[in-house]
Amino acid sequence: MDNYAVEMLGITKIFNGVKANDAIDFRLRPGSIHGLLGENGAGKTTLMNILYGLYRQEEGIIKINGKQENIDSPTKAISLGIGMVHQHFMLARPLTVVENVMLGHKSRRGILLDTKETAEELKDLSDHYHMGIDPYTKIYQLSVGEQQRVEILTAIYMGAEILILDEPTAVLTPQETEEFFHTLREMRKDGKSIVLITHKLEEIAALVDEVTVLRDGKMIGTRRAEGITKEELTRMMVGRDVMFNFPPLAEMNLGVKLSIRDLTAVNDRGVPSLNGFSLDIHGGEIVGLAGVDGNGQNELCEVLTGLRKETGGSIFLDGEDVSGKTPRFYIDKKVSYIPEDRHTTGLAMNWNLKKNMILKAIGSKRFMKGGLMNEKLITQNWDTARDEYQIKAIDGDEKARALSGGNQQKLILARELNADPDVLIANQPTRGLDIGASEYVRQKLIESRNGGAAVLVVSADLEEIMQVSDRIAVIYGGRLMGILPRGADVYEIGSLMMGKRQEELAHE
Amino acid sequence: MASSIFTLSFFVSLIASTIRLATPILIPALGQIYTQRAGILNLGVEGTMLMGSIAAFSTAAATGSLWLGILAGILAGILFSLIFAWLTITVRANQVISGIGLNILASGLAAFIYRVIFGIRALPAQVESFKPINFGSLSQMPVLGPILFQHNWLVYFAFLIVPLSWFIMEKTTYGLKIKAVGENPRAADSKGISVAKIRYSAVLLGGAYAGLGGAFMTIAYLNQFTESVIGGRGYIAVSVVIFARFLPSRAALGALIFGFFTALQLRMQALGVSIPSQLLLALPYAATIVALIFASKNAAMPSAYTVPYSRMER
Repeated sequence: MDNYAVEMLGITKIFNGVKANDAIDFRLRPGSIHGLLGENGAGKTTLMNILYGLYRQEEGIIKINGKQENIDSPTKAISLGIGMVHQHFMLARPLTVVENVMLGHKSRRGILLDTKETAEELKDLSDHYHMGIDPYTKIYQLSVGEQQRVEILTAIYMGAEILILDEPTAVLTPQETEEFFHTLREMRKDGKSIVLITHKLEEIAALVDEVTVLRDGKMIGTRRAEGITKEELTRMMVGRDVMFNFPPLAEMNLGVKLSIRDLTAVNDRGVPSLNGFSLDIHGGEIVGLAGVDGNGQNELCEVLTGLRKETGGSIFLDGEDVSGKTPRFYIDKKVSYIPEDRHTTGLAMNWNLKKNMILKAIGSKRFMKGGLMNEKLITQNWDTARDEYQIKAIDGDEKARALSGGNQQKLILARELNADPDVLIANQPTRGLDIGASEYVRQKLIESRNGGAAVLVVSADLEEIMQVSDRIAVIYGGRLMGILPRGADVYEIGSLMMGKRQEELAHE
Repeated sequence: MASSIFTLSFFVSLIASTIRLATPILIPALGQIYTQRAGILNLGVEGTMLMGSIAAFSTAAATGSLWLGILAGILAGILFSLIFAWLTITVRANQVISGIGLNILASGLAAFIYRVIFGIRALPAQVESFKPINFGSLSQMPVLGPILFQHNWLVYFAFLIVPLSWFIMEKTTYGLKIKAVGENPRAADSKGISVAKIRYSAVLLGGAYAGLGGAFMTIAYLNQFTESVIGGRGYIAVSVVIFARFLPSRAALGALIFGFFTALQLRMQALGVSIPSQLLLALPYAATIVALIFASKNAAMPSAYTVPYSRMER
């Protein structure tokens, strides 16, 4: 029972004086699927990057199939039969599938490419795992799910017996995830050993044989996945209990606050991305907008905050037509915005925290005395926000860049919610945050709703949508596909996300 | 008057001259296809060509061998672009600033070398430049003779390596690696390709071509060196690559457009057309810019264009 495909013993890795991995032991059984669970920054990816030869550990040894190995480069890892599929795909988009694959192997024809032979072998492998990949397609023509299959195919083609997958389902719809799990189970049947890096608890139950939990760079433990509960795993991961079910609020009946009618808009490349989108949001409710990334969500949020001009349709705020107004107008109307990208739209990264707190109130009399910005008022404002939102920072004078992702998001929340919004547009409010920070953000969204605000939460994370929404709207191709009640079936949402209309589903 | 200008011989010499004048654009542009595809914008091509031109000229003058001059031009191009490669790949300095800095260095250095070797003279130093290849009766043919069969070997060489460049880029492992490194260096790295090695090789290859292009100016087109001998051709070559969307055949087209307008303005000056010569001189550059604007609008640049790579950064 003691032969392992991989043994990592006492692994320590230090980045800038911080232990990203602290004496971690990790053992992978051959022919099994092993979950590597932990919050962001727990050290999961670091540990696997060490196994794949991208980083070197400061301490500890690695054994592959019982033999100690010195893995100093990805090339070495590949030669030992280790393959890794990264969270951000390692694919060159203008090149074809087969060209991407050929990058990683030695051509049989010397300096000339052996495109034809490689393509044929790939086709066979793709057929074996029912992946349906055409080797001559260019990467940018593939869906995200297909690109992921290409990555896995590449790793297997290069001889991987040990496959590391870094948060593979983050980009997949529920249906794609189901297919993907099916493929992994087939690979396990073929004797491959798989490491699944994840922070999704559902995946552990659905797929995994064993699970290892990391927290703050330390190893918490390895368990058999069978019979382990979600609560147990969360405690191991976060170190405390986490709330998963937010109570819905009794209907407040505050009437329609924000009304969107037949809205059309184009994206940055001039391509129509909103094609007649309509939606009503009442005061005191959260509408979750589900959809695969890039179906017009960003353009919608930008139009609703005045950052993008609509090309048609209208927006009503408390019954007043506010289409085509400037961002300033929306700010004054108490429309708050949590943008998708903290770094480019949410914060001025090279400004200090105090100034970021008043970004939307520069020139406001609240922070001025005698026509000049008043340092004391600005500092007071920051101090209050820091205490109320538990922002971990040294003082308000450090740059926003210096904060962790979770604390940057808290800073944005503090700024946007301090304005006591009537309407709150939150675009991917927990993207990239760990469970603890996500829970905090969601609680704040709920509080805002309880205060009577009309809240629109855009998220690619269905779990999140299901947790916080009073109603669930689904967008596809810039159109509203349907509205479902709280507690709707996840597959129904998934089907709408893939472009089936609600009426069509009813007929099936 | 018009009829006396636009004779057959006018057009024949215009086209022949177009081909000749396209050469010093085409050679460096073909080299820059490798460099730019690998994700590196080397504006230092102008200076690299200048170093190639002075090295080729002084070597040819000193040894009496034009072939040694060619070799010296190529070597100078490689050495000078090595500085650029080190700055931008190893030190990861800004590519635009590094390129422009090297151009300033080259203009001073080339003038200095010329003065040291040749001193200050009333008449410029000269070499016997490459003679057109004699194709016998082919060269004597009317119309086609002057257009196609009265050039020196470098002109033919430049156009012959167009299909070769395409073949290397599309059909060899080296070409694929270059494209991958320019598109997604992290992906290339994770597949065991050394991003730095490929980028160095692509910059040095570009430097060799630029050096050769510079040598063409002093020992194959003219027979003397002046400080302004390159005259912006390096910059044009860089832009032609973008115009060409990194395809060698389109680079040839871009070079011919520039060559045509250069040839045209030279003839218009010679004919004494009543347009100020300064405006005429600007014509090929203006025409190139206009062509560039329209052609490069939809150019798909490599994703990692001008972005330095480090494995440790996320």
